Amino acid sequence: MVQLMNTRLLVLMLVVAVGAASCSRRQPPITAPAPAPAPPPAAATTLPPPPAPTRVEDALPVPSEPLGEDAIGNRTLDDLNRDSPFTPVFFGNDSAELDDGGRSVVVGSAGLLKKYSTWVVTVEGHCDERGTAEYNLALGERRAVAVKTYLVSLGVTPDRIRTVSYGKEFPFDAGHDEKAWASNRRAQFVITAK
Amino acid sequence: MKKLLGVVTVLVGAGSLLGVAAQNQTPAPATQQPSEVAVVISGDPGTPPRYAIPDFIAAAPDAAAVAKTLGQVLWDDLSFEREFYLIPRDTYATVPVARTAQQIPFDAWRELGADGVVFGTVQKTGTTVRVEVRLYSVRTRQQVFAKEYTGTDSNPRLYAHTIADEVHQQQRALRGVARTRLAFSSDRNRERIGGGVQDRDVKEIYIADYDGANPRRITTNRTLNLTPVWSPDARGIAYTSYRRGYPDLFIAMIYQGVQQEPTKGGTQNWLPMFSPDGTRIVFTSSRDGNSELYISDRDGSGLRRLTNHPAIDTSPTWSPTGTQIAFTSDRAGQPQIYIVGADGLNLRRLTTAESYADRPTWSPAPFNEIAFAARTGPGYDIKIYDLATGVTRQITFGEGSNESPAYAPNGRHLALTSTRSGRTQIHTIGRDGRGAKQITRDGSSYTPAWSN
Repeated sequence: MVQLMNTRLLVLMLVVAVGAASCSRRQPPITAPAPAPAPPPAAATTLPPPPAPTRVEDALPVPSEPLGEDAIGNRTLDDLNRDSPFTPVFFGNDSAELDDGGRSVVVGSAGLLKKYSTWVVTVEGHCDERGTAEYNLALGERRAVAVKTYLVSLGVTPDRIRTVSYGKEFPFDAGHDEKAWASNRRAQFVITAK
Repeated sequence: MKKLLGVVTVLVGAGSLLGVAAQNQTPAPATQQPSEVAVVISGDPGTPPRYAIPDFIAAAPDAAAVAKTLGQVLWDDLSFEREFYLIPRDTYATVPVARTAQQIPFDAWRELGADGVVFGTVQKTGTTVRVEVRLYSVRTRQQVFAKEYTGTDSNPRLYAHTIADEVHQQQRALRGVARTRLAFSSDRNRERIGGGVQDRDVKEIYIADYDGANPRRITTNRTLNLTPVWSPDARGIAYTSYRRGYPDLFIAMIYQGVQQEPTKGGTQNWLPMFSPDGTRIVFTSSRDGNSELYISDRDGSGLRRLTNHPAIDTSPTWSPTGTQIAFTSDRAGQPQIYIVGADGLNLRRLTTAESYADRPTWSPAPFNEIAFAARTGPGYDIKIYDLATGVTRQITFGEGSNESPAYAPNGRHLALTSTRSGRTQIHTIGRDGRGAKQITRDGSSYTPAWSN
C-alpha cells in the first residue's frame, strides 16, 4: 500500500516537473524519459484489502494539487531562476512590440505573479548582436518596459516589477545565425524576492 | 606623469654641449621656454622626411634594457602620426654604432637614405634614469633637437613617448598622442558574475597607453562596467556600471582612488559624456519612462532634460565648443544621428542615407566632423560626416564589424571596436582609414575612449 502511494507520488511529481519544464520554451526537459509506470496494473491485481485509512493520510499529508505549487514555492530563489517557471518573451528584429505569442506569454507570467503574490521580479531586456552596443542598451530597456506595461495592465502592481536592460551583453545563444539572434531578442524574468 | 619626468635642460639648436647639462645636478624647473628657432628636417620634395632611430647607447650594462626599449618605442611613436617615414630598424646593420655624438656616421646614414638620425644615451643610477636624446639633420650634420630627461625606471616607455611628442611638436607643430591613454571595457579577467540566472561574464573598466602597453584595471566590482569616457583633464573616467543591479553612472578619479556618483542611484542612467570644459555631463536616462537625454553638472546638480520624445534618444556626444549635442534617435523608425543645441533647441537630423546609425562622436578641432557606426551589411562600419560640406566618407570596409568610434585628442586617429581579428577588440585607425592597428588582445574589449 505504502509502495502504491509512493508510486502515485512519484508519478505526480513527474507530471509537475514535466509541466514546469514545458513552460520554458528554451530549456530542454529536465527529467530524462520517465520510467514507464508499470507497477500500477500489476499492483491492482494483487491489491490486498486496505488497512486502516489513517495511515494513508499520514503517508500523504499533502494533497495532490497544492503539492505542485509547493514544488515551485518551496524552491530557493537560485533554483527557481535556474529552472524558471517564467517563460522568456521573444521579440522581432529591432522591435520592442509584443506580438500575439509574446502577449500570451506575459498573460501566463501575470498568472504566476498573481498566484505567488509575494514574488518580486526583474524583467531583463536583451538584444541580439546585430544592433550596436550603445543603442541596444536603450532597446533592451524598451523591451523590458513593454513587458512591464502589459503586466501592469493585467493587474500586477508596478512595484513588484523592476526593469533592467543588458543590451547585447548577455546573449542566451552565442551563435551568429537567425536562430541564435531570435532567442537572444528577449525579455527574461528573474525572481528577486519571494 | 609630470612628477616622474623632470626636464633637466632644454638644448635647442646647434652647438650646445652635453657636458654642461650633465653636470647640472639640481634640475631646475624650466620656467621659461627658450625662444625656439627650430630647424626642420625636410625630406625629398613631396615625401615625408626619413628618420633612422638606432638603439640608444647604454652607459653601462644595467641600462641596456631601458636603452633597447627606448629605441623601439620611439620608432613606433614617430611612425604613428605618419609625418615621418621611419627606416626599418633591421636595416641598420651596415651602419657603424656610434658611442658618442661625435662618432655618428652621417655618410653611412645618408647612404641608407636617412634625412634625420636620432642619437640617444641612457644612464642608470639605482632606480634613477637619465636619458639624453639628440636629433640631427643628416644632410647638414646639424643638431636640430636635444633634450635630457630624468626620472624613475618604472616606465621607460614614457621617456620615448615624451621625446616623440616633443619632436612632433618641434618638427611638425603637431600635438602628438604618445602620452595619451585609452580606456575600455573588457572581460579579459574571465570572472563570472556571482549568483544569477546563467553564466555571465564580468566586464570591468581598464586603461592602457595609446599603444596598448601598461594595461591597468580600474574597476573591481565584478558586474557589468561599460562605456568609459575620460574627463578632459584625463584624471577621471565616467562610466556605466551595473553594481547597483541596474545601469547607473560613476566617475573613477583614477589618481585619487575616489569614486564619485553623479546620479546617486534610484534611476537608470547610462552612456555618460563629459562636456569639453569638464564641468557637466550629458547622459541617457529612463527616469521619466523612456530613454531621453539629460544634462547635469558633474556632481549631478542642475539636472535638465534635453530631449522629449516617445522614441529612443541616446548615445550623446558634445561639440568641441560645448554648445551642441549630437545623439542617436529612432524617432524616424530606425536609429539615426541628430544634432540639438545644448539648450534643447534647433534639433536637426544629420544622417539620411543610412539604414541604421549610432554612437556619434564629435571630433576635436581643427576638424569639424562626426564619426559614427553605420550598418553596412551584417555588421557595421565607421563613417565620418563632415559638418562643413555635409559629405559622409567611410573609413572601414567590412573588415569584421566596426563599432564605437572615439577620437584621439588631436583628431587624427580614432579608436574603435572591431571583430576583424576574431573576438571584439580595440583597434586604432587614422581618420583617413589608414594605419589600422590592433591594441587589445586579451579576452574581448569594448567601447573605447581616448584621453587628452
